Amino acid sequence: MKIHKYDTVIVGAGGAGMRAAIEATKRSRTAVLTKLYPTRSHTGAAQGGMAAALANVEEDNWEWHTFDTVKGGDYLVDQDAAEILAKEAIDAVLDLEKMGLPFNRTPDGTIDQRRFGGHSRNHGEAPVRRSCYAADRTGHMILQTLYQNCVKEGVEFFNEFYVLDQLMTEVDGVRKSAGVVAYELATGEIHVFQAKAVIYASGGTGKFFKVTSNAHTLTGDGQAAVYRRGLPLEDMEFFQFHPTGIWRMGILLTEGARGEGGILRNKDGERFMEKYAPVMKDLASRDVVSRSIYTEIREGRGCGPEGDHVYLDLTHLPPEQLDAKLPDITEFARTYLGIEPYTDPIPIQPTAHYAMGGIPTNVEGEVLADNTTVVPGLYAAGEVACVSVHGANRLGTNSLLDINVFGRRAGIAAAEYSHKADFVELPENPESFVVEQIERLRNSTGNERVATLRRELQETMDANVMVFRTEQTIKTAVEKIAELRERYKNVAIQDKGKRFNTDLLEAIELGNLLDLAEVMAVSALARKESRGGHYREDYPNRDDVNFMRHTMAYREVGADGSETVRLDYKPVVQTRYQPMERKY
Amino acid sequence: MATPVLDKEEAAGKPEPGFADSPYITVTFRIRRFNPEVSAEATWEDFQLEIDPKERVLDGLHKIKWDVDGTLTFRRSCAHGICGSDAMRINGRNRLACKTLIKDINPEKPITVEPIKGLTVLKDLVVDMEPFFQAYRDVMPFLVTKDTNEPTRERLQSAADRERFDDTTKCILCAACTSSCPVFWNDGQYFGPAAIVNAHRFIFDSRDEAGEQRLEILNDRDGVWRCRTTFNCTDACPRGIEVTKAIQEVKRALITRRY
Repeated sequence: MKIHKYDTVIVGAGGAGMRAAIEATKRSRTAVLTKLYPTRSHTGAAQGGMAAALANVEEDNWEWHTFDTVKGGDYLVDQDAAEILAKEAIDAVLDLEKMGLPFNRTPDGTIDQRRFGGHSRNHGEAPVRRSCYAADRTGHMILQTLYQNCVKEGVEFFNEFYVLDQLMTEVDGVRKSAGVVAYELATGEIHVFQAKAVIYASGGTGKFFKVTSNAHTLTGDGQAAVYRRGLPLEDMEFFQFHPTGIWRMGILLTEGARGEGGILRNKDGERFMEKYAPVMKDLASRDVVSRSIYTEIREGRGCGPEGDHVYLDLTHLPPEQLDAKLPDITEFARTYLGIEPYTDPIPIQPTAHYAMGGIPTNVEGEVLADNTTVVPGLYAAGEVACVSVHGANRLGTNSLLDINVFGRRAGIAAAEYSHKADFVELPENPESFVVEQIERLRNSTGNERVATLRRELQETMDANVMVFRTEQTIKTAVEKIAELRERYKNVAIQDKGKRFNTDLLEAIELGNLLDLAEVMAVSALARKESRGGHYREDYPNRDDVNFMRHTMAYREVGADGSETVRLDYKPVVQTRYQPMERKY
Repeated sequence: MATPVLDKEEAAGKPEPGFADSPYITVTFRIRRFNPEVSAEATWEDFQLEIDPKERVLDGLHKIKWDVDGTLTFRRSCAHGICGSDAMRINGRNRLACKTLIKDINPEKPITVEPIKGLTVLKDLVVDMEPFFQAYRDVMPFLVTKDTNEPTRERLQSAADRERFDDTTKCILCAACTSSCPVFWNDGQYFGPAAIVNAHRFIFDSRDEAGEQRLEILNDRDGVWRCRTTFNCTDACPRGIEVTKAIQEVKRALITRRY
């Protein structure tokens, strides 16, 4: 075991982690621990753009953007945070341009902007061009640009280090962050990082679904590490299903395709979104579009022999426009489906895409131990966190924005904290939890396989807690997850070695997914209303009286060692906007 | 695909629905195995798989790892050609395993899968990427400007100036190009195509002011002049970047000092 000491440790090197690292490195001795090489992070898969009311191509302002974000999140958004997001968006985009990001340009040479779902002029009058973009590779450009600037700033990375535990120490009755424990993939060695401040920026949890746009590595490691240490997770029942994943594979096809004029059609060729969202049509918010697609499919208007998908039609757009604005997604259609998007519509279905919930933080990125108390020295930003700027449903282009605005804020806040704070003493045998976990898996003679359990988890999540939910389906999922968690105790791995033991890491990742799936299902069962991405067929209306509040889920361990999820609730911060009926 | 289907009996147990029109075929994966904890020698190992030919080579590797041999080791993440983790040598050519469909590489014959060449193999298909990233870091892969007083708004750039370096912005640092280059195989000191591509991305960016410095770095004896224009790199690039052309443009810029 090795012990390292840094002022600031950042967990994860996607957009939020590297944006934080650029700030933290300038201000404090910083280490970034990442289970992937930084440029492999899933920020790179984001396509359509980053929202900011630059008003480069038409009238726009941050207040309209704030309203759209609050409405898009079905009024579960904390409005003070949404205002910060929309205001700071403008500088966040300009900062990236100055760092070198190659945005598409207008004829005047300014940053070009395009339409995106849920972003509107003057509180819903019509779509507005707010998304700053680089073809359909905006996430790739952000990831590359941030990595380039990390190289420029000399950021210290520990690549292929898996953070498996959060260390907490009680000082004068207050639980503080003391550091993290990491596992080095190349050697199998355990590393303890003592740090004054820790920032989680480790991304989402999408791999508990089968049809997902998420990478294999998005297994909620950060959420799980914090949750296991008794800290809450907020709004985990809210998961976004992106309307346009490649049929069966789930690979993302950007909403920018509809921003450029693409149209969703059912088997009769009908532009069905006109029925569900007369003003915004195909550019309604994602939860609305995904439900509309499945309504078409359920009512027998789906395409193909099984009627299980609809079409994204780009055939009316000039090939030059597709080549210039949507080169990657048109190539995905050619590579994975053998379809030519110039002439043929693309089969799509909603795909599990984004966790609105996560580790609760305030607007400085400080992690909360309950509804109000900050955990000294602990921060989170990006998809792993819940500020909450996305509420019950995130708007497209607001996640690339979130990672830049709140990654920067967390980086600054953590580094400033580490200036004034002292190191907190490490707990006794800080590595013990991780060592036990690894040894148990390595020595297990059980008869369960990781892949089998993961497949069963993904099947049950897709079947029971996806776009449409009922009490019965969620209960089915809760029971199945409990069964899988029990069987997980008998999981065995084949690779017993030290070097690059990805067999072992996949087993640990599955454990994280199972913990988080349970939190999600239990949170969803208790929310007896429909709001944003959480749609209950048995409670089809939003219930502001009983449920305009955030879910806070805590892990409880009984005297007999049994684990349960305890739910509590936290008020939503409301400033400018009263909840209204949500229409697009 | 369960949510919209009220009757779910169909989904259980059977192969993926809808694949009835493309029956599973039997494919042999012939994989180069190496685990220094077990043996100092690398060996070939064959695995027979039932697989839909429309699936990716990565899907085949996963089937082996998940259902047959958990010790098989490779890197992967996004599984659709964006993250650059799974560059490997498939049937003798560098490709991304997640962008290569079984049907497109003649599944009648054994499909050979090896680690990319020119970088030290650490285990099975995993190589040491550090020298590759070091070469990248050495070309100053970041925008350098000399303004003492930055503009309040964005720097202006015409669409034509933006287009000038578009091709080389697509790089995902997968190393398929560099590890396909015979010069790189024979001399690990050569910067390699990927580093030059990333230098090109800044040299030809109208906003950048460090072109001269980057050109001097690449004027080194391990720089662009080592390139023998074999075009392996262009063939290998999964992003369709005209790598050799970019290298030629850097060479020309070195001679003319115009870019």
